[in-house]
Amino acid sequence: MRGKLATFVRRALRRKRARTDGGEVATTSRSEGFLSDEFTSSLPYWLPPFVLMGLAVYGAIVWNFFLSLTNTTGFAVPNYANLDFEMYTRAFGDPVFLGALQNTFALLIAFTLLCLVVGMLVAILVDQGIRYENTFRTIYLLPMALSFVVTAQFWLWMYNEQNGLINIILGVVGLGPYEWIANPQLVLGAVVFALIWQFSGYAMVVYLAGLRAIPTEQFEAARVDGASTLRMYWRVIVPQLKGATISASVVLMVFALKAFDFLYSLTGSYYPPKGSDILATMMVRQAFVANNRAYAAAIGIMLFALALVIIAPYLLYQYRAGEL
Amino acid sequence: MTDTTPLTGDSWRRTALYAVLVLLVVFYLMPLWTGLMASIKADVLATAPFLPPAPGGFTTIHWTRAANALAGGLMNSLILAIPATILSALLGSMAAYGLTTLDWRYQVPVLMLFIAGIFIPYQAVLIPLSKFWASIVPISDLVGIVGLQGWVGDLIGLIITHVAYGIPICTLLFRTYYKDFNDEMVEAARIDGATTHRIYRRIILPLSVPMFAVTLIYQFTQIWNDLLFALVLVGPGAGAPVTVPLSQLGASLSEVGFGIRMAGAFVAALPTIIVYVLFGEQFAKGVAT
Repeated sequence: MRGKLATFVRRALRRKRARTDGGEVATTSRSEGFLSDEFTSSLPYWLPPFVLMGLAVYGAIVWNFFLSLTNTTGFAVPNYANLDFEMYTRAFGDPVFLGALQNTFALLIAFTLLCLVVGMLVAILVDQGIRYENTFRTIYLLPMALSFVVTAQFWLWMYNEQNGLINIILGVVGLGPYEWIANPQLVLGAVVFALIWQFSGYAMVVYLAGLRAIPTEQFEAARVDGASTLRMYWRVIVPQLKGATISASVVLMVFALKAFDFLYSLTGSYYPPKGSDILATMMVRQAFVANNRAYAAAIGIMLFALALVIIAPYLLYQYRAGEL
Repeated sequence: MTDTTPLTGDSWRRTALYAVLVLLVVFYLMPLWTGLMASIKADVLATAPFLPPAPGGFTTIHWTRAANALAGGLMNSLILAIPATILSALLGSMAAYGLTTLDWRYQVPVLMLFIAGIFIPYQAVLIPLSKFWASIVPISDLVGIVGLQGWVGDLIGLIITHVAYGIPICTLLFRTYYKDFNDEMVEAARIDGATTHRIYRRIILPLSVPMFAVTLIYQFTQIWNDLLFALVLVGPGAGAPVTVPLSQLGASLSEVGFGIRMAGAFVAALPTIIVYVLFGEQFAKGVAT
């Protein structure tokens, strides 16, 4: 765990602590556990934020879970007397849900993989000891600072069927024009492309930090061995970016699960373009348009379960590596 | 590898490298550029999307209209983002101090609960959240008692919501920072008999300034950019943060209103762009953690 810090504090705490009144108290060490004075004095700091966050996150999830076991629709008061998993079975018989589930996975996998690849390539280019490195980095990361509502507006114009830049460029090589947003076959790909534009800068920043952590000697050694640049990166450098890949992909995957804002903004309504409905958009629509509250709660819980499958191993990995 | 290692076949390689980097600049800026061009053309379709307006085709009408349409939203977003950002950063710093600098057993499981909170999909808490503000603590009715409009109450609820869900990421940011602190100073203060409060106020907080900059920049951007909470907890109307009216500007799939849409996108993004240009370094740090 927190190696240096822990040993330091432990050693420090074994000392006698001088009291202001001149007396001496033996301080309790950590190993005496819960009610050490260190614990008591830490309470006012972390407990208030913990309570607020705990109620908002975990309290709400528990409440939502119980709601998902009822049959609440409309503005009826939920009846918590007979709980069952009916909403979950209903979901797996619902073609809309299954379609949204499929789109969620397609978006998650395509977006995450491509983002990592683009981010890594851009990071390697930026890491070549170039001039104006800061300027390049800043420009590549800029889309990340914009709201999805904003970027959706820009991409609606880029994807515009007759006059958008994408179709004009494709027109030069004799392709198109395509209805990027209106065609259910194309819209998911168009959304993934736009989101890669927005997020690859993030992947780049994470990979850059990973590249900077690799000692220069390794680059040198590979070079002395006469390895080509490509080979060196593939064999020596990329394998060492495992940590960066894991943390970036967790963030990207969890984002892909909840990508609501961008899809909402493409139409300005709870109905995203046909063919791009994902669980996140379906849940909000079921909750606030169709008023199927229990059903929407069940979809929310399933999204939470998917997120848990991603983050639980990650947190465990971080804990084992002593990163927490 | 920060120092340049010369490449073989040097000069043409360097040229190719810079060419690719510049192409990437074009790729990342193009959507903003075509948006900007569309926002200043009287007739959006008069020239190709990447070309500036034809002579005599320049107009500021879209910007004026967008600014008028979004002025109220901008104000609401400021009222929302500034207090929510400051509060969540402060609470995050406190939590990180209590879980890092103050060392006690079992703090890692507690910390894990904080960190897991960063990743939860908000769809899993949306209904309880909206019910909470609608019926358990109907804050928009409560503010009526002191003679305020209902939407002020909605905004207050939204501020508290953003603070609550912002605490996990802020805690993590400060935690990574405090972990690398040199403890000797804290230890010395402790041996001098300084209380934990005194240590926090006199030592930790002053040293936290750079991390506060990172957290404030990052959180401000996040809260300003949010649509989902704004939509569900406040919705369209007098109290709506700027992202809500922006998503409704212009007709979505036709060319109609593209000028005002693009101008609106820039108007709504202006504060975040300014913050990013001034503090890009801090934003990158916040993102990378």
